[in-house]
Amino acid sequence: MQFFFEALIGGLLSGVMYSLVALGFVLIFKASGVFNFAQGAMVFFAALTVVGFIGKGVPLPLAIVLAFGAMVLLGLATERFVLRKLVGQPPISLFMATIGLAFFIEGLAPMLWGSEVRPIELGIQDEPIPWLLERFDIVVSRFDLVASGIAAALVAVLAIFFQKTRIGRALRAVADDHQAALSIGIPLERIWAIVWAVAGFVALVAGLLWGSRNGVQFALTFTALKALPVLVLGGFDSVAGAIVGGLIIGASEKLAEIYLPPLMQAGFGGNFGGIEGWFPYVLALLFLLVRPEGLFGEKHIDRV
Amino acid sequence: MLYREAGQFKASFAEDMQIFPIRQDRIAMVLLLAFAFLGVPLFASEYWFSAILIPFLIFALASLGLNILTGYCGQLSLGTAAFMAVGAYAAYNFQLRVEGIPILVSFALAGFTAAAVGVLFGLPSLRIKGFYLAVATLAAQFFIVWCLTKFPWLSNNSSSGVISTQKIRILGIAFDSPAAKYLLVLTIVTLMALAAKNLARSTTGRAWMAVRDMDVAAQVIGIPLMHTKLTAFAVSSFYCGVAGALYAFCYLGSVEPDGFSLDLSFRILFMVIIGGVGTVLGSFLGAAFILLLPILLDTTLLPTAHALGLPFSNATVSHIQTMVFGALIMFFLIVEPHGLARLWQITKEKLRLWPFPH
Repeated sequence: MQFFFEALIGGLLSGVMYSLVALGFVLIFKASGVFNFAQGAMVFFAALTVVGFIGKGVPLPLAIVLAFGAMVLLGLATERFVLRKLVGQPPISLFMATIGLAFFIEGLAPMLWGSEVRPIELGIQDEPIPWLLERFDIVVSRFDLVASGIAAALVAVLAIFFQKTRIGRALRAVADDHQAALSIGIPLERIWAIVWAVAGFVALVAGLLWGSRNGVQFALTFTALKALPVLVLGGFDSVAGAIVGGLIIGASEKLAEIYLPPLMQAGFGGNFGGIEGWFPYVLALLFLLVRPEGLFGEKHIDRV
Repeated sequence: MLYREAGQFKASFAEDMQIFPIRQDRIAMVLLLAFAFLGVPLFASEYWFSAILIPFLIFALASLGLNILTGYCGQLSLGTAAFMAVGAYAAYNFQLRVEGIPILVSFALAGFTAAAVGVLFGLPSLRIKGFYLAVATLAAQFFIVWCLTKFPWLSNNSSSGVISTQKIRILGIAFDSPAAKYLLVLTIVTLMALAAKNLARSTTGRAWMAVRDMDVAAQVIGIPLMHTKLTAFAVSSFYCGVAGALYAFCYLGSVEPDGFSLDLSFRILFMVIIGGVGTVLGSFLGAAFILLLPILLDTTLLPTAHALGLPFSNATVSHIQTMVFGALIMFFLIVEPHGLARLWQITKEKLRLWPFPH
């Protein structure tokens, strides 16, 4: 039982990390209707830029600020040179353009900063919390807990930003209807620039946390693949969905990885590790059959 | 002048309905096929066969498969490589486990196996579409590759799922030289491309296009959505499955599940986008472009960099390749969403008027 709880907590905590990446997707989708496949590449780019600046002797806080600047520039360039030219194209075209963008960034980032795996030190120790270990005999990493705290804080800030501020209201208006937002005087281009900057910031935070856990390397781009089932489960346009979806995916994938292979081994023989790779997708797929718009997604009505 | 259609009258419905209604197209097609079947084997070297021509034809077939699904029926799929893997492993297993089965039959059966799997993963398309479906097809990508790695039976108990394909013999003739394999692949691809071209003009093809353009409207005018979408998935996966079987048997000879990665799926998607969404010709042009581009970059980048005295390593070249791929995709989507096939159409228009511009 205790083992179960340990796995569950570990899964939930890593689920928070998935949510963090999924959040970047949701932000851009909510405010511009673009499903940005390049989010994983942006996470990679952000982390690599921070490490790259540190390698040049820049202190960590300044490196983070500089990397944020780079992310904003990247977002602005994307908006200016790609998205603006694709206004009015079907969403699938925009999606494929972001696949192209992902490839572009995946080539650009290592060309600027080199492609070897590098550590990043945030000053949080990755060790079990003694209090929980003594009291309940459960191993929970301090790093995971802090990372979840940061993610939770970020989500809270973003939720307030979207709901309470003027810019947040403008963002939601743009997401609802580009034309109507334009006609009441909301500057569309500036709004998109803000959204990409915010998404860049989220990618930066995700990149720092994921990078300090596993090292800054190309595999960071796969965080996007981890976040996609989270999105499907939670709904593409819901911040809350990204959180809840992340928790569900994180927990279920850890539990599946632990409890399914022995069952399958009993049935078929052989080694059945690595379920983590597809289990979230199949879970999300089965869920879609029941509720196509996701947990918190908006129901869509098609008109001819 | 070259493309003058004046004087080409169609006197019967059959003439009006033929695949290539313009005489010049028919002549060009016959010449092209004659050159491909007779001319190329005379001139091409071993390197050209095994490194360029065979993969080109196979990738063209795979992107034709994806084009049927994405270009004609509007269902985006990111799992193409997985369906190719199904085809490759199915063909291998049919050869291995059915005594004396002709290789062409096992290729066809591989296609049908892939079609069955494709329909299975196409089922969600009945309820979801667009991005959700793209994500759902990723499930196929990861799940199938995982299955091929983990179930030893599928790869005849080889370690980590690597299979080495059987020798190809048809009617007692061994197809083991690159030229012979090329001719085999060329024959299959030609027949299947013609079939695809025909299929696109049939009731099924028109139903696909109606669903692509507006599925709700298509349903209103009486097109059965379920049937249409699932046939698209079936036919598309059939093409990908045969392409996968050829990929294993005629190109590489030995494949592993991880070779059919998401990256391969993306490359085939790029072929479709760059070549031209919703055209048969585009699949071929796109495959040629995506295959030749890295070779071109390899041969030009390093020498140029050395000439300019830049410190270029092989890693840099591969990064630049990735960037160029990405940039090209964005470029084509912005500037020419209909791809290279559209350029050919424009050329045809110009040739009609040539040498007078108006």
